[in-house]
Amino acid sequence: MDVILFLVFAAIAVGCALNLVLQTHPISSALSLIGVMGSLAVLYLLLGGEFLAAVQLIVYAGAIMVLFVFVIMLLNAGGEKRPSKKVLRTAVALPLLFTLAGVAAYILATQAPRTEAVRFGAFTAGPYEVGRALFTTWLLPFEVTSILILIAILGAVVLARKEI
Amino acid sequence: MPDLTHLLAAQVPLSWYLILSVILFVIGAAGFLIRRNIITVFMCIELMLNAVNLSFLSFSHQLKNLDGHIYSFFVMVVAAAEAAVGLAIILTVFKNRATLEIDEVSSLKL
Repeated sequence: MDVILFLVFAAIAVGCALNLVLQTHPISSALSLIGVMGSLAVLYLLLGGEFLAAVQLIVYAGAIMVLFVFVIMLLNAGGEKRPSKKVLRTAVALPLLFTLAGVAAYILATQAPRTEAVRFGAFTAGPYEVGRALFTTWLLPFEVTSILILIAILGAVVLARKEI
Repeated sequence: MPDLTHLLAAQVPLSWYLILSVILFVIGAAGFLIRRNIITVFMCIELMLNAVNLSFLSFSHQLKNLDGHIYSFFVMVVAAAEAAVGLAIILTVFKNRATLEIDEVSSLKL
């Protein structure tokens, strides 16, 4: 069952990611990104990340993507019309990236430990475990994060003023 | 149907998750390089962050250690802050330049 679930949702994630890159209209890309995030949430569940799967759906697919879709509608963003002028960059970048993917996949396939597979239920990190680690071991980074968010709020407010 | 029961009982190797993470990251990087709409480029960055989160969680599961989940959590927090500031920057750029083409915003280029 694990294999089937993994294959189905990995295929959805890769298909939606390709669609994200290949679509010309931003709103189609945004919907594809939501598909990627939803299928990744299922994969997080298979890996035992119950809390992060919920956070992925609520924060990423919910809040952040609503922000994206809102900005796309606000700017009335259309599709790309003219063909790209970045032909040389594309011609150099794509083979290099595919080489990177091939080499990394080969190294992972040969070097990763074969004896231990990902078993559903072997390790779960629910809200209790994550919250306990977050508020004991990682308390200082957690509190620093609140300052980061405060600065982000201030930055967004300053940038969105009329005068700039 | 011995094949089906075999498939149902089979386990997913760790490397499959990591390879999926690599594939998603490379797709995001390719989109970052070849797309010209600022918003789409920004979404490709989010895709790369998601791919890295997947590898964090796979390693966390493999090592039976919570630290990967905490790291993923912080990546999500930083991504949310980044999305808020980045989209505000995009709004400002659009207000000043009336364009979303990333090639036309090149004042800092030498």
